Formats: sequence, structure tokens, C-alpha cells
Amino acid sequence: MLGLDRRTRRRTGLDQFEGRFGGERRPARGTLITLLLACATLITLDYHGGPDSPLEPARAAVGEVLGPIESATSTAVRPFVAIPDWFHSQSSLRGDVAALEAENSALRRQLETSGLDTQRLAEYDALAKAQRDSGYQLVPARVIAMGPSQAFSRTVTIDAGSDDGITADETVLNNDGLVGRVLRTTTTTATVLLILDADSTVGGRIGSNLEVGFLNGQGKLGQDGNLLLDLVDDSLIPSRDDVVVTWGSQGGAPYVAGIPIGRVTSVMSSPRETSQQAVIEPFVDFGALDLVGVVVPAGTPGNRSLEAAR
Amino acid sequence: MSLVRGLVALFVVAFAVVLQVSLFPHFAWDGIVPNLSLLVVVGAALVRGPKFAATLGFVAGLTIDLAPPADHIAGRWALALVLVGYLAGRVRQASKPSASAVVVAVAASSFIGSSIYAFSGLLLRDPVVNVTDMLTTILIAVVWDVLLTPFVLPPVMLLFQRLQPARVAF
Repeated sequence: MLGLDRRTRRRTGLDQFEGRFGGERRPARGTLITLLLACATLITLDYHGGPDSPLEPARAAVGEVLGPIESATSTAVRPFVAIPDWFHSQSSLRGDVAALEAENSALRRQLETSGLDTQRLAEYDALAKAQRDSGYQLVPARVIAMGPSQAFSRTVTIDAGSDDGITADETVLNNDGLVGRVLRTTTTTATVLLILDADSTVGGRIGSNLEVGFLNGQGKLGQDGNLLLDLVDDSLIPSRDDVVVTWGSQGGAPYVAGIPIGRVTSVMSSPRETSQQAVIEPFVDFGALDLVGVVVPAGTPGNRSLEAAR
Repeated sequence: MSLVRGLVALFVVAFAVVLQVSLFPHFAWDGIVPNLSLLVVVGAALVRGPKFAATLGFVAGLTIDLAPPADHIAGRWALALVLVGYLAGRVRQASKPSASAVVVAVAASSFIGSSIYAFSGLLLRDPVVNVTDMLTTILIAVVWDVLLTPFVLPPVMLLFQRLQPARVAF
């Protein structure tokens, strides 16, 4: 295509002038090489830097600037994107919605159709109830940005940050179950790594027999958005519909204990590794993630926390 | 004056990145959204040539790499969009490109850009995702980008044409 293009190109007088004197080609190549080297430098710096990479300050600075803009954009578009939600859900989640609707009580359905505000109130109530059940202080927040699937990592931005008492490595949940953990914060926003991410590992416990294992994300969203559970005890076979909850870490970071994650949908055995792998369908609908809560230590100052609100 | 032009270009890029993460997830297909910043870079390349587009691609890529909620190794999208800007700039024609040429350029750029990004991830073992999933995602992304082309490319190309420094000839 390039060769053909060069032959048939109709150039204007000035372009010919530039082309003849090499005024265009050479600098372009020079710029290209400079920029490629800059990219290589950035990648190297960030790759070897790990958590305290020299690019973290740059990330924080860009986050401080773009975070509020993302927040404002999200607030502006929310009323409009809520309209089609009344009529249909996102295509890949229709199956889930059908199953959920069958499960939901008539009362819940009435609530959903009686107005957006009623539904929001119900969400907040459920969150507050989740907090009473789990015994942690929650900071409510909304999802304002989602990383694209083309990035192959599953992260979202929420509209609460260090000003609201959120720090890195805190559990994020919603009223269905575990969402993920906080990776980094700016003053007004926080980046959350979803449990679906291929790099995410959560310690899980099977509700029926208290066996522990590790849940790994697959990096997929939608109908294939499942987690794989590897049990520590290989001899154990999880049964279908067993509920998996978080195992919990010391000091509640990054994951507090007892948060429901999902249920077992199938079990795969691999004879080569003589271990059982269970496929876990998360309770949380990650495609329609909106209101979430961040678990913060009790007594954290901040004007958002549900403790302070009540 | 050139500072103002630079700022406008920067603003367009930042706006594209914000829309990409804050607006388009509501219409996403399995989380795959149109790559708006790539469209902006291709639009700039078709009007202004490889040098400008590669620079703009670097800025756009870096913005994607650093803006929340990105968590991958910084510089990967920058690398992809620099190459996209350069390659799309090389096929620029002096006359106004036809509609079909623009669509072909967008599709090729989208495929090349997403592939370079995905491939860099494989090399760096950034997120470990299998190749079949990657290819599916990349192809759906190409469809998205082509679908959005008629809405995004004309205004972007017009804007960058206006932003062009005044020429003495003609």
C-alpha cells in the first residue's frame, strides 16, 4: 500500500518542494526514533521500578488533573446512560439479568420500577446493611471510569480518594459481594483492581466446609468473567453452588474476611497436576458496576463514611 | 501561537482519553470500547503527516498510560500510538483522502496499534492473557473504531487542518 501510494500520490507544489529537498522525510524519521527511544526508556523505568517506580509521581500528577475531569464527565453522562437501563441491560449481561430477575422477590421488582431515586436509596440501604453485617466502616463511592478491555487489565476509577480516608490496599465491595482492592489513590479518586484482573489473586474460603484456596482472575469481562479457585487441599472437590467468601488477611488489608465472592459453577480436574480447579461465578455484575463501598478502618475521618452519616 | 496550537492538541487528546474511560464503558461490548485517542492520532496523521502524528501519538499514549484507572506498565500505549501515528502519516495523500481510504487507514491503524500494545504485554508479561482472547478483543476493537470513524474523523481532521501553521505557498 505504501509503494502504490507513493507512486500515485498527487502532491501540491509545496509538498514537492519539501519532498525534493528532503525537508519532510528525514525529520519525521528522526522524531520517530527519538519518540521510540523515549517509550523504551519509560517502559524500562516502569518495568524495573515495580511499586516504587519513578513514574508513580507522574501517574499521581496526571490522576490529580484528570481524576476530577473524569468524575465530572461521569456525573454529566450518568442521567443519560441511565435511560436505556430502564429498557434493556447490556447485551452480554442479559442472561445474568434474567436469572437475577427470577431470584428477585416481587417487592424488589416493585422497587426497581418505582423510580430511580428509590432504587438508589435501596442500594445505599443495602450497603449500610452490608456494613452492619460485616462490622467495618464503609466509604461509599461511584465508579467514574473503567479501563478498556483493550488494555487487558481490569481496573476502574472511583470518585473517592485520600481526602475521604482511602489508602492503597483496602477492600472494595458492593451490596452483591467483593469487587476488588484499591491500588493507588489521588486526593479525589482511587484506582481499583477488580478481582477479574489476570494479576488479581484473592484468598477464598468455601462457605460449606471452610476449606481455603486462591481465586485467580482471568482478565475477562461479561459472560466469561469467571474466577478460578485452586484449593490448598487437593483432595477436596468443591460442590456446585458452594459459596466462596474471602479468607481475609492480617489487619484487613488488602482483603477483609467474610465478604462473599461468588459461587461454584463447575469443577475442572487436571490429571497432570492432580489438583482440582473450580470455576467461580462472581456475585458482582462487573459490567454494570456503579455504587461501591471501600472498607476503611473504623474511626477514619472523612465526610463520606457511612458511620459518620448515621 | 504554536503554544496555543499545542495546548489545543493536548486538550483534544485529554478529552478523548476521558471520554474513553468515563463515557464509553456504558456502551462497551464485554468492556471493549472504541479507542478514541487512536482515532484522533489517525485523524491528525491523515492531515498533518508522520512527524506531527508521531508526536501527538506519544502524548496521547502517555496520557492513556498515566490517567487513572490505567495500571499497565507506562509507555506501552505511547509506543503503540507513536508507531500508528508514523505509519498512518506515511500513507497520507496531498489531496483530501477519500472516505474509504480513511476507513481502511483507521482499521489498519486500530489493528496495528492494539496488536503492538498486546504484544508488548506478552513480552513484558504485564497481564498474562492468552493469545486467542487478545485477538478477539483486538478484532472487536477494530470494528468499534471503524463504526466510530464517520463521527470522529471528519471533525478531528477539520480541527487539525485549522490548527496547521499558515503556509506561504498556494
